[in-house]
Amino acid sequence: MRKFALALAGAAALTVGAAQAADEPSLPKVTWPNDGVFGTFDRASLQRGFQIYKEVCSNCHALQHLHYRDLGPGGPGGGIGFTDEEVKALAEQAQVTDGPNDQGEMFQRPGRPYDPIARPFPNEQAARAANNGALPPDLSLITKAREGGARYVFALLQGYTDPPPDMKMGTGMNYNLYFPGHQIAMPQPLSDGQVTFSDGTPNTLTQEAYDIAAFLTWAAEPTLEVRHRMGTKVFLFLLVLTGLFYVVKRKVWAEVH
Amino acid sequence: MAAAPAKQKSKLVGWIDHRLPIFSFMEHELNEYPTPRNLNYWWNYGSLAGIMLVIMIASGIFLAMAYTPHKDMAFDSVERIMRDVNYGWLLRYIHMNGASMFFVVTYIHIFRGLYFGSYKEPRELLWIIGVVILLTMMATAFMGYVLPWGQMSYWGATVITNLFSAIPLVGDWIVTLLWGGFTVDNPTLNRFFSLHYLLPFVIVGIVVLHLIALHQHGSNNPLGIDRKGPQDSIPFHPYYTVKDLFGLCVFLLVYAAFVFYAPNLLGDPANYIPANPLQTPAEIVPEWYFLPFYAILRSVPNILFIPAKLAGVLAMFGAIGVLFILPWLDRSRVRSATFRPLYKWFFWVLVLDCLVLGYVGANRPEGMFLVLGRIATLWYFFHFLILVPLLGVFERPRPLPTSISSAVLKGAAAPAMEK
Repeated sequence: MRKFALALAGAAALTVGAAQAADEPSLPKVTWPNDGVFGTFDRASLQRGFQIYKEVCSNCHALQHLHYRDLGPGGPGGGIGFTDEEVKALAEQAQVTDGPNDQGEMFQRPGRPYDPIARPFPNEQAARAANNGALPPDLSLITKAREGGARYVFALLQGYTDPPPDMKMGTGMNYNLYFPGHQIAMPQPLSDGQVTFSDGTPNTLTQEAYDIAAFLTWAAEPTLEVRHRMGTKVFLFLLVLTGLFYVVKRKVWAEVH
Repeated sequence: MAAAPAKQKSKLVGWIDHRLPIFSFMEHELNEYPTPRNLNYWWNYGSLAGIMLVIMIASGIFLAMAYTPHKDMAFDSVERIMRDVNYGWLLRYIHMNGASMFFVVTYIHIFRGLYFGSYKEPRELLWIIGVVILLTMMATAFMGYVLPWGQMSYWGATVITNLFSAIPLVGDWIVTLLWGGFTVDNPTLNRFFSLHYLLPFVIVGIVVLHLIALHQHGSNNPLGIDRKGPQDSIPFHPYYTVKDLFGLCVFLLVYAAFVFYAPNLLGDPANYIPANPLQTPAEIVPEWYFLPFYAILRSVPNILFIPAKLAGVLAMFGAIGVLFILPWLDRSRVRSATFRPLYKWFFWVLVLDCLVLGYVGANRPEGMFLVLGRIATLWYFFHFLILVPLLGVFERPRPLPTSISSAVLKGAAAPAMEK
């Protein structure tokens, strides 16, 4: 009983907070090649996005549901276009704690494709200690776990501005147009020229935000393309079957009407 | 009747049927089973609900093979299903959108019954068994939603299980029993998984009863009048098997649109965040199919000496409860709303009322939504408890057709009727 009241009170307090700050602008109307019923990923964009993750985001954010192998051709949905060799080389850059060995001791070894992508912090406490008490959320499902999905990520990364003069900011907090309540612990992570893309694509903030949002959409659902492809086949099959049953139904019922 | 089916003269079939009459049973219940010749497409939803039950059980069994009912592993195991289990994403999207589809067809099936008076004599028990199926489905769906152990799973479970604490005297004891402890925790997840696996098979059993009751007097029909003779009926097979199959295909197109192109549209993004007992989500909202009931729960204020929480819980369960006694609340002997000029309108007002309740349920109970929710809640009970009984007395129904065949064939079947 008390817990219920507490939960409701908590919810009420939070919703009031959200209601006061319900002045976030609507998200920009941007689309990705993987949108729509026939949508497929732009592999070059995914790889640029992964480069951003690796160079910037991965300093604080984990991708705990992904393994290195997922990036290669054997991954779910065929990966982001890396070859097996590239995946192997990538995994080897990480040091992984394994064991215990025959002596009963844990040991360090280079990463293998089957390892989960290395996390920046060993646990939540370490993450909070390094981030002024804030916990950088895991990013592997972020586009599914936020209203607006990829568009929200795209907008948020470009939404850093100076706070309005009448707003009192918490210590270490940053003003963001799109973050619920506008006070976000994460300082602006991306800016013009932050990442030098290996394929020479102009590294504007918009381009970076676009590519990382694409990559995180893939990370949240690597099988998205497979789903779209199968959907097309299922629809064609069902349309034909529906037509057939319609004709059969008409024929069977002809004698009754 | 007990003899082997006429068409199947195979010796083996005859041998088996003599000892175990499954073939004559099927012949009797499918092939010969007389069905009103005038059923419209609103009569497709019963078989669709049955098929959804089978789809849910089939996809659920395979999901359970890869799912781990532990609070530290449940969320990750679901993600593993999505990423690493072969076609796991397909199974899960089928199952999670299947719940919504199951409720859509069931709700339409129920409103069909309300419009055409399918709950009236002699189908009262058929209707009541159906309401029992609805209740069991709701329990199953609620517990299934807890299994991924996301934020909405956890907090939904917390809010809903806490409702039982409103029951005087034994409330807290019941909640502890539901939780298997003193908060929603691993034992809760374990027992919910166990029950979520069990209840669908209980539903299968109740569905069998539903079908036995149905086949006793056969389907109601859009005219709501009894079949007077063979000219009013056609055999279920092939007429309604093919009509059901056509309807099934159309339904599957809609279902597939969700599964393949908008699998998360009906879900809450917060359930892709792992459960965190220390952080209440901004809004705790159930799945869409519970929203009207949620609205009723949150609309009720303190009534005399009954605290708002208990009153809300009573009203919420009462919303289903009135359906149990509906066959006796409705005094009109005319089944079909087609011939009930007033009830017809109030039926659609009720549909609108339920949609309003759903809309209100998705919003915080404050300001306009609280007022709207209270009006809609009052109307819901006013409809069943006052309007329906009064209409039965004061409404003047239009004259009923003499028979199904005369209405359907408009005189063309006169020779057939004279036979």
